[in-house]
Amino acid sequence: MNAGTADLLEARDLARSYTVRRGLLGRPTLVRAVDGVSLTVARGETLGLVGESGCGKSTTARLVLGIEPTDTGSVTFDGGAMPRSGTAAWAHLRRRMQMVYQDPLAALDRRLTVGVQIAEPLDIHRIGTAAEREERVAAVMAEVGLQPHHAARHPQSLSGGQRQRAVIARALVTNPELLVCDEPISALDVSIQALVLNLLGDLQERLKMGMLFVSHDLRAVRQISQRVAVMYLGRIVEEGDPDAVLHDPAHPYTQALVSAIPHPGKTTTRVILQGDPPNPANRPTGCAFHPRCPVATPTCRTQAPELKPRRSDGRRVACHVAHGEAAAARAPASLETC
Amino acid sequence: MAFVEIQNLSVAFGRSPALRGINLAVERGEAVGLVGESGCGKSITWLAALGLLPSLATVRGSVRIDGTEILGAPKARLEPVRGGRIAMIFQDPAASLNPVHRIGRQIGEALGLHRGMTGERAKAEVIRLMDQVGIPDAKNRINAYPHELSGGQNQRVMIAMALAGQPELLVADEPTTALDVTIQAQILDLLTTLRRDTGMALVLISHDLGVVSETCSRIAVMYAGRIVEEAPSGQIFTHPNHPYTRGLMGALPPLSGARHRLVAIPGSVPEAAQMPQGCAFAPRCSAATGRCTEVDPVPLPLTQDHSAACIHARPYAQAGQPLHHHAATTRERAMQ
Repeated sequence: MNAGTADLLEARDLARSYTVRRGLLGRPTLVRAVDGVSLTVARGETLGLVGESGCGKSTTARLVLGIEPTDTGSVTFDGGAMPRSGTAAWAHLRRRMQMVYQDPLAALDRRLTVGVQIAEPLDIHRIGTAAEREERVAAVMAEVGLQPHHAARHPQSLSGGQRQRAVIARALVTNPELLVCDEPISALDVSIQALVLNLLGDLQERLKMGMLFVSHDLRAVRQISQRVAVMYLGRIVEEGDPDAVLHDPAHPYTQALVSAIPHPGKTTTRVILQGDPPNPANRPTGCAFHPRCPVATPTCRTQAPELKPRRSDGRRVACHVAHGEAAAARAPASLETC
Repeated sequence: MAFVEIQNLSVAFGRSPALRGINLAVERGEAVGLVGESGCGKSITWLAALGLLPSLATVRGSVRIDGTEILGAPKARLEPVRGGRIAMIFQDPAASLNPVHRIGRQIGEALGLHRGMTGERAKAEVIRLMDQVGIPDAKNRINAYPHELSGGQNQRVMIAMALAGQPELLVADEPTTALDVTIQAQILDLLTTLRRDTGMALVLISHDLGVVSETCSRIAVMYAGRIVEEAPSGQIFTHPNHPYTRGLMGALPPLSGARHRLVAIPGSVPEAAQMPQGCAFAPRCSAATGRCTEVDPVPLPLTQDHSAACIHARPYAQAGQPLHHHAATTRERAMQ
């Protein structure tokens, strides 16, 4: 094990494209789902990855775990290069990095009891004797707040909160060092979301895991992350401390995202973006956000901005205007508001 | 007289009650939010009111439009109301639109049905409606199929169809839940603009307190088939009185300030067939006392326009107004 301060997970320049065909006779087109994403997660740290549907955040989550092969780029886990997906070495490593899925009912098998499913990773990785496995399952169930009698139940006879606890227990049973959560609360009711967020926060603190928390919900990300990265069309456009990013977003897209959060008793004006979320199969030239951006300049149409620290405070942002490389068409203060 | 007056509306599927006595009034031009978690009955309320539930549902109570009873009314009396005076849009626009028909034809169909428009006149009106709901390039988009449009644009098409009947009330059932946040902001903005321009009333059904608070002036919080609290938007956030409303707010991660543990509501919503004795929320309520499991709470007025169905709720004074004495006395009577 690497004893140094090196990051637990380091991903560099990840890219992943898919070929899709529209209709039976349509021409195949290349969709760049992830287009040069670099990120790090330290032990005991949570990185929140936010963005709207189709921005590539879930693909990024699968790429860092090697569930899906990358086209280019590299992933380093605990100081060593990630073995190729599907190899024995990779399968062996997978017990140290686990995933929590969005919809607990879809992630669990209705025909198997919860206890059997929580024990499954131990069976797959051949960890411990039968008695040890049983003990470990009981321990991890207690850890996530399930009662011992829940082990004999089937998923459909549990409540939504209990089911997501079971999914988390299954991910934790092998004592992973990295937990990747892909929209773990978005299929749940508000009161249950709070329960799961509390649980994930507690577990991470107690077990000192590194965590990648993928979500479209900035509130949830702020609650649980030490760092947040905002994705737009396959790239990270801004990264920094969650409070700094939420209260003083540097990228125009983050500004719109933050101002769109519905908030009880909200009185401030809201930035309404024009147009639809972009199509990854038809990526705009230059900065991918420029067709919807209220402050886009001619430079933005031709040159893709680089993600780099802002001179004033070191915030990492990919925007010509935020870096002062291009004068804003209009001052950001006159963003279209309603 | 309110435009829509729902009184003591109850719905049961077999022996399972889905609605347990709803009282709700919607004034002309007013925006009312209905909030609650899945299964609380917020959608069923309007499906029942408009006679859209399957026949196996037992519906009781009264729903009056402008004083005319429509619950159990014959089809001839219902038809002009549904889609005409009251229109409804749903969560997933792609599921509500017909995938094999062009959107212009689908909006036109609504125009033919509710306003008897056909041909060129209808086409011109379709384009006007599409403009009104913010679909760019309406003249050409009229020929698009739903799959050629994004989720946000399809929701705009649904809103255009709803507007085709020039409704006096639009019931929007989780209209933005399937959409991204930036698109959600666009649609909520559109609904507010349309309401201002046409003067129609709006009922916004959502699980998201934030969404309704920004769009609606009055909010009703539902739990297990009942309205448990009702107040003007501002007051529900400054003086949440029902423990469930407080629970919903505590469960929402804050956007600023110190991060604290979220206050989760323990347990889960009761099964319809096994409603607990007394207050349905009592088993999950941190403030519940012995009486809560015996007394079925009725909504009690706390101020002139704020009520909560909790035996522990207390009337309070509003800025510039004395304690609502009438409320206090009514409450005392109810306690005895």
